[in-house]
Amino acid sequence: MGQGRSLGLPVKVTVFVSPKSTVLDPQGAAVEHAMKSLGHASARGVRVGKTITFEIDGEDGPDTRKKLDELCDGLLSNPIIEDFRYEID
Amino acid sequence: MRVAIIQFPGSNCDWDAWHAINDVIGLPAERVWHKSALPAETEAVIVPGGFSFGDYLRCGAIARFSPIMEDLKSFSEKGGPVFGICNGFQILCEAGLLPGALVRNNCIEFRCLNQCLVPEDSTENFNKVNLGEKIYLPIAHGEGNYRLDAGDLSELEANGQVLLRYAGDPADGPGHGNPNGSVNDIAGVRNATGNVFGMMPHPERVVEPFHPGLDGIGVLRAFLAPLLEETPVAMESA
Repeated sequence: MGQGRSLGLPVKVTVFVSPKSTVLDPQGAAVEHAMKSLGHASARGVRVGKTITFEIDGEDGPDTRKKLDELCDGLLSNPIIEDFRYEID
Repeated sequence: MRVAIIQFPGSNCDWDAWHAINDVIGLPAERVWHKSALPAETEAVIVPGGFSFGDYLRCGAIARFSPIMEDLKSFSEKGGPVFGICNGFQILCEAGLLPGALVRNNCIEFRCLNQCLVPEDSTENFNKVNLGEKIYLPIAHGEGNYRLDAGDLSELEANGQVLLRYAGDPADGPGHGNPNGSVNDIAGVRNATGNVFGMMPHPERVVEPFHPGLDGIGVLRAFLAPLLEETPVAMESA
């Protein structure tokens, strides 16, 4: 029990949600326009997504990852328009 | 009660829909809280506009998990008519009851105007004969940009699932053409079966002489046609 995390202790999760590359991102386009008008002419490919952080009981393993995949794919992101990835600390 | 209007925290067009259905169309309607069961006598459901759960996360993303959505899903699977307006359309897309998703308007602005639309010949009741070649309905949204991948879009078009397209003259001002960047100018769609409708424009806001128009009546009647057919008979025999 001295190594790693034991079940029942929370892990910290950071979820990154971004608009799919095939979906137009109007926010990204507006921000890119602002960057260019500030003189950063080479700025391109701006995409605006969101970061969601939370704690959840469990350890970094297949069970927790399965739970997180479900959470990300149903609630935290919409697979039609968004991609997600997460990090567990 | 025959028509249920689902009320989520943040719904704000529920009373407008209630007035349009109850007083103008003449079908008894009731607002039903999202944590309640869908009443057994429900014959049609309206998912009204607004900002359910503050539009947090994504429009409709949280409402989709409300307790009543399970009932709504089985109601629609049995062929029950369901109509999502504006935020209601976003909720039905999030719930997978309608194809596609709605993202931020390509202009970034919130669009609020009386929008020119062309109805498609989509169902037995929702078509140009019943609605007219061109109608005007108010829009008021920031996330009405309809998205669907190319394959699903062709299927949607081939099945005649598009209900309405934006068709204003861009020369009339910002937003009068395609106001939000939706693919194929799509303003509203139905499911493959034809019992679930969704659209960004607000038919319930154009049903009174003091409104900007009356085109909403035809849209609501086209949706409620299965309930309306028997109404006159029942009244005559009463």
